[in-house]
Amino acid sequence: MIALDPQVPPGPLEMKWDRRRFSGQLVSPANKRRIKIIVVGTGLAGASAASTLGQLGYQVECFCFHDSPRRAHSIAAQGGINAAKNYQDDGDSVARLFYDTIKGGDFRSREANVYRLAQISTQIIDQCVALGVPFAREYGGQLANRSFGGVQVSRTFYCRGQTGQQLLLGAYSALCWQIERGQVTMRPRTEMLDVIVADGHARGIVIRDLVTGRLSAHTAHAVVLATGGYSNVYYLSTNASGCNVTATYRAWKQGAAFANPSFTQIHPTAIPPAGAHQAKLTLMSESLRNDGRLWVPVSPSDRRSPNEIPPSERDYFLERRYPRFGNLVPRDVASRAVKSICDEGRGVGPGGQGVYLDFSDVIRQQGIDVVRERYGNLFEMYQRITGENAYEVPMRIYPAPHYTMGGLWVDYNLMSTIPGLFVIGEANFADHGANRLGASSLMQGLADGYFILPYTIGHYLAMVNRPPIAEDHSAARAALERVEARLRKLVQAKGRQRTAASFHRALGKILWDHCGMSRCAAGLRGALEVIPVLREEFWRDVVVPGSGEAFNQELEYAGRVADFLEFAELMCHDALHREESCGAHFREEYQTEEGEPQRDDERFAYVAAWEYRDGDTPALHKEPLNFEFVQPTTRSYQ
Amino acid sequence: MKFTLRIWRQRGPNERGGFVTYPVDDVSPDMSFLEMLDGLNQRLIVAGEEPVAFEHDCREGICGSCSLVIDGVPHGPERGVTTCQLYMRRFANGATITIEPWRAKAFPIIRDLVVDRRALDRIMQAGGYISVNTGGAVDGNTLLIGKEEAETAMDAASCIGCGACVAACKNASAMLFVAAKVSHLAMLPQGKPERTRRVMAMVRAMEREGFGSCGNQYECEAVCPKHVSVRFIAMLNREYLRASIMGTRIPARSDAPHGESY
Repeated sequence: MIALDPQVPPGPLEMKWDRRRFSGQLVSPANKRRIKIIVVGTGLAGASAASTLGQLGYQVECFCFHDSPRRAHSIAAQGGINAAKNYQDDGDSVARLFYDTIKGGDFRSREANVYRLAQISTQIIDQCVALGVPFAREYGGQLANRSFGGVQVSRTFYCRGQTGQQLLLGAYSALCWQIERGQVTMRPRTEMLDVIVADGHARGIVIRDLVTGRLSAHTAHAVVLATGGYSNVYYLSTNASGCNVTATYRAWKQGAAFANPSFTQIHPTAIPPAGAHQAKLTLMSESLRNDGRLWVPVSPSDRRSPNEIPPSERDYFLERRYPRFGNLVPRDVASRAVKSICDEGRGVGPGGQGVYLDFSDVIRQQGIDVVRERYGNLFEMYQRITGENAYEVPMRIYPAPHYTMGGLWVDYNLMSTIPGLFVIGEANFADHGANRLGASSLMQGLADGYFILPYTIGHYLAMVNRPPIAEDHSAARAALERVEARLRKLVQAKGRQRTAASFHRALGKILWDHCGMSRCAAGLRGALEVIPVLREEFWRDVVVPGSGEAFNQELEYAGRVADFLEFAELMCHDALHREESCGAHFREEYQTEEGEPQRDDERFAYVAAWEYRDGDTPALHKEPLNFEFVQPTTRSYQ
Repeated sequence: MKFTLRIWRQRGPNERGGFVTYPVDDVSPDMSFLEMLDGLNQRLIVAGEEPVAFEHDCREGICGSCSLVIDGVPHGPERGVTTCQLYMRRFANGATITIEPWRAKAFPIIRDLVVDRRALDRIMQAGGYISVNTGGAVDGNTLLIGKEEAETAMDAASCIGCGACVAACKNASAMLFVAAKVSHLAMLPQGKPERTRRVMAMVRAMEREGFGSCGNQYECEAVCPKHVSVRFIAMLNREYLRASIMGTRIPARSDAPHGESY
């Protein structure tokens, strides 16, 4: 039975983090040298945590499945990173960033965590500058900002369109330093396949060497998961092809509660799928909505080319439905509006999956050069992928799964319900509630890794000082056997010659239809019936070539798909039980007459944390969300 | 569209490799190059054959995973893109396309088209960082960095570490990669204190890893998906020269640095 104690320190909001840092026990420098910590994942959260822990003097062993720690998917973030620096003197403050984030999350996140995130945001920028991150600068040499994601202040720091890569290279370079110093042992091309739990504490992990296929157990004083999000459960998403749920899902099966698994963000502006061959969806920066106007033909049967359709026969549906915010409504609102238009049969392009994003007005008003300067690289990318010139014909866009707010449940110290197992970055559920604002994911990953975890893990290590278990401890052997058995089953399955990808695609469609942008009880119940059938077919019919004792990309992939096939059910249970609409979670039964979401704070102001039960449906535990400092209001963008 | 693919197959680092020919049809011009290979692999798996191993991840040109030499050119015929951003409409219907891995002594083949690029990480570990602790950094605006310096640093920092520059060079030199990394930090005031040590250590590491020397032929710049300029190689040479001169002037460590005696 899981107990959810959020461990939030008492006192005023502004004092909580200070109090926690002061009350936490410290580990003496001499003892740090004897303590080993495992970090899994080298994105922003993992690389910043591993490097900081190494610098503090711990022995760190760091794992990633890429060939180099620099390739983690944080690298693909385009837009920027928020910080409450108020360099523009436009009224920003820690309190405002806190409020924007908690309201953007539709009041489904923990106040104390979000406030701490806003407090730390300013330190992150300083740290990144010190590491040599080449943020955009003004002519006078000061840091430049832009406004992002529909907020009213300019608080986003950026490095052209590749902020993610630059921040990750900063953390990676810090990691390189610690590797050189011998504080961090880096193990690339390894995949974590299980957590070792002994006496109720996380004591290590089982990994597969992706080059040789060899399995091994690694033990330590504590384990940190920084393994990212699971948008790829939908098959098509903006995530990199390697992103998966395996690490967090296997931890769930060992006793870590999974929080709000159905909270998944669907980004409105991706390039629509072109056909069945499609392997991923490419995101176009949200900034395009600053100048582009979304529309579809008024008449669904209108098959003229977009430039031949006169304005009176166009439906600028966001401007019509949300006159106040127009095309700049938050991601979840925009995505839903696009989907409902397409569901009505009014979409454009192949399969009716798309709406126009039209720049002709701004080109006419401000000139093509202005548009080229602002968005030139995006237009180029669009043309490369679609073969169309968006200066001449409107772009087509369609929503795509992008980020998962759900993740392993963690307390204020970022520790999961398994003592000694810490979870940071997108892999945890903590700060974004039911919807994440733009430019906040980079902020959270680095806050967790550089500034929060290194403190909080010290307290755990000081309180629970037990030497690591032996690598042939019975718990380690049991974990190895679990992993071996599953891999063997995959390699031996040589059924009716269906590939793992075909099952993945089928699962993605079920989730997209029933647990995507809008959900309803009947659809979710239907999904819960068909997913187990698909899973059975998978284990019966999937074909995995080659052996487990070699470099075998298809085996890696099939293992991840197998976990998605189980995890998808957990998402549907979560979406079904939450009988309200909040943030990215839109239940068709709970909407106003105008089609706006209806949140139910009476019944659902809590974090849903699910416990794994072998052979049974998962058990729900609730962490109530008490809003002491802000008053939950209705998000309205009309 | 239809194509004939000649793909390098090699089961392991020490095994003999060779080209195998695969016809593919049903290719849509809207497919990316990697989606075309996905299609081939799906077919091979169903036929009970082993799929072609190749590296890929973000598929939007930033992670630097993908690494194919296509018809003799790293990342293929289009300039300024990675393989994952290359689309089939770029090829003539019916063409024969030859696909090989990065070839360099410092990049041993793991399987088929997948190579081991850890040598690049080891160069970075030798000195490609600014050694500052987490915490206690001064306000980011304390360091004023002119827009031009910041932009030049950013041009260098755009390197995605894919290794195409090495694959394109007949000497398999990693000069453009090292130049980008050295220049990025040397341009910025934060990087100045360690610039002497950094360039020496990184160049030494580059030589240790078995990369060749620069022949000034600029193939690296031509295939770089991020347009990293060979001007940075000139900057690397200057940094190296400066360090060579400066390095000799660093005073030997004294036991009593302040001349104090007890």
